[in-house]
Amino acid sequence: MANSFYNEILTDHNMHPVHKHELAACSCTRDGVNPSCGDEITLNLRIENGVISDGSFTGSGCAVSQASADIMLDLVIGKTTEEAVRLSGIFTKMIRGECSPEEIDELEEAGALQDISHMPARVKCATLGWRTITEMINEQG
Amino acid sequence: MKLSERNYKADFPVFEQYPDIAYLDSTATSQKPRQVIEAVAEYYRSENANPLRGLYSLAVKATDAYENARAAVRDFIGAASEREIIFTRNATESLNLVACSYGRANIREGDEILVTISEHHSNFLPWQILAKEKNARLKFLKCSESGEYTVEMLEKALTPRTKIFACAQISNVFGRLNPIRGFAEVCHKNGTVIVCDGAQSVPHLPVDVRELGVDFLAFSGHKMLAPMGIGVLYGREELLEQMPPFLYGGEMIEYVTLCGATFAELPHKFEAGTVNAGGAVGLHAAIDYINALGFEEIGRREQSLTRLMMREMAEIPHVHIIGSDDPDEHHGIVTFTVDDVHPHDAAAIFDEAGVAVRAGHHCAQPLHKYLNLQSTVRASIAFYNDESDVHRFTDCLRTMRGRMGYGE
Repeated sequence: MANSFYNEILTDHNMHPVHKHELAACSCTRDGVNPSCGDEITLNLRIENGVISDGSFTGSGCAVSQASADIMLDLVIGKTTEEAVRLSGIFTKMIRGECSPEEIDELEEAGALQDISHMPARVKCATLGWRTITEMINEQG
Repeated sequence: MKLSERNYKADFPVFEQYPDIAYLDSTATSQKPRQVIEAVAEYYRSENANPLRGLYSLAVKATDAYENARAAVRDFIGAASEREIIFTRNATESLNLVACSYGRANIREGDEILVTISEHHSNFLPWQILAKEKNARLKFLKCSESGEYTVEMLEKALTPRTKIFACAQISNVFGRLNPIRGFAEVCHKNGTVIVCDGAQSVPHLPVDVRELGVDFLAFSGHKMLAPMGIGVLYGREELLEQMPPFLYGGEMIEYVTLCGATFAELPHKFEAGTVNAGGAVGLHAAIDYINALGFEEIGRREQSLTRLMMREMAEIPHVHIIGSDDPDEHHGIVTFTVDDVHPHDAAAIFDEAGVAVRAGHHCAQPLHKYLNLQSTVRASIAFYNDESDVHRFTDCLRTMRGRMGYGE
């Protein structure tokens, strides 16, 4: 039987997301969609001098997509955009099951989502927020 | 009602491998009994050659095996002749065949095609494409909240321009049995051809095409114990006769020259290329298995388990069943939502408990939109399920919201 990835970290971020709200004075915004579960998020970032000073998301979808976006924002707020893209890369690798334990440590709470690598159908839910932030930052140049 | 003592799971090798799985996704595809698996293996061991063309005795054996399967299908659904039984890959291909061949030849600009709002995409998209191609109108027959369609509702929706009505006998979301015989009568009075999707009905109850009066009936082998990749299109002979071929190629021709060809007789006109004889043999074995078991026993077990499942679900708060409250209107198909739990999360939690269910829109997006639902969970029952499967399912369902952090 599969390992449960519905652990407390995930369910807590799903039920009580910290960053799920509108964001005043945001510098960029981007929509992300995962058609398989019908997950939709709109990600907002405030970037000052290359640092993500604040971020938020709105949207709806399965617990995995919503909690993962919230966990991601916890991790990247206060970091540079380059660091955020690097961490997104590690997260994507983790979901593919290709990460070392040291790399997973860098992801802090997001490491709790590692078992999703056993559930290919849910990978798109878990990576939605991370994919959206990477695309957004890359587009900003 | 007590279930019979016989353990049907013993016939299905997959349950030897996974004794603890509660397989509640037979609406997507059924499991396969040993009798079918063995029949397919035996065909490839001792009868295999390319059917319909070989001029040697092994090829004759293969042809006989293939054509005997066709005769078994004819008898199983009460068709008048083997010429009315076309082997396809599945119900989807059968329905595409009707739309591409009959539809293209008969639909004109301004004609109307009527489909029910709950059709599976396979009995909806081919008509949507055809309507676009021909500048015809695609119209929807809407159901009641409990998923019911009546003959009166259809009568009101038909117009003199309605050339085709496409409808499932049993909806793969509601599980409700539609009054196909009454539908066929009003369609024929109106000069409308009725195309019936039998994918969910043929495996579960006796279907007789002449009694129903349908013009076309499509179904899949893999939902009725047979292998994947073999399906059936039944069509009334006089319609099939006039229809152009669907695919062109080997073994569907009579005579070919550089500038033209005449096509083979029915049913081979519609079976271009090397056929799936192994699949047809498997379907034959599946029909034999079902006949030996009997639809009475199948229906009784499925009904009894559906009643048990719905009775237990009714006691669980925050669970909402789509369609009728009456289990006897569900034919083993129970689609539902759980408040605050996304269906894909629900399916993953069921999986952790060893329960296989389907989640999503079940290839019926227009219906979900109509019901204002993004997606749903579906548990479906077959005769080989038992009470322990239902209990494993309801035990997990009871803890679902708690698992997701909601207080109860």
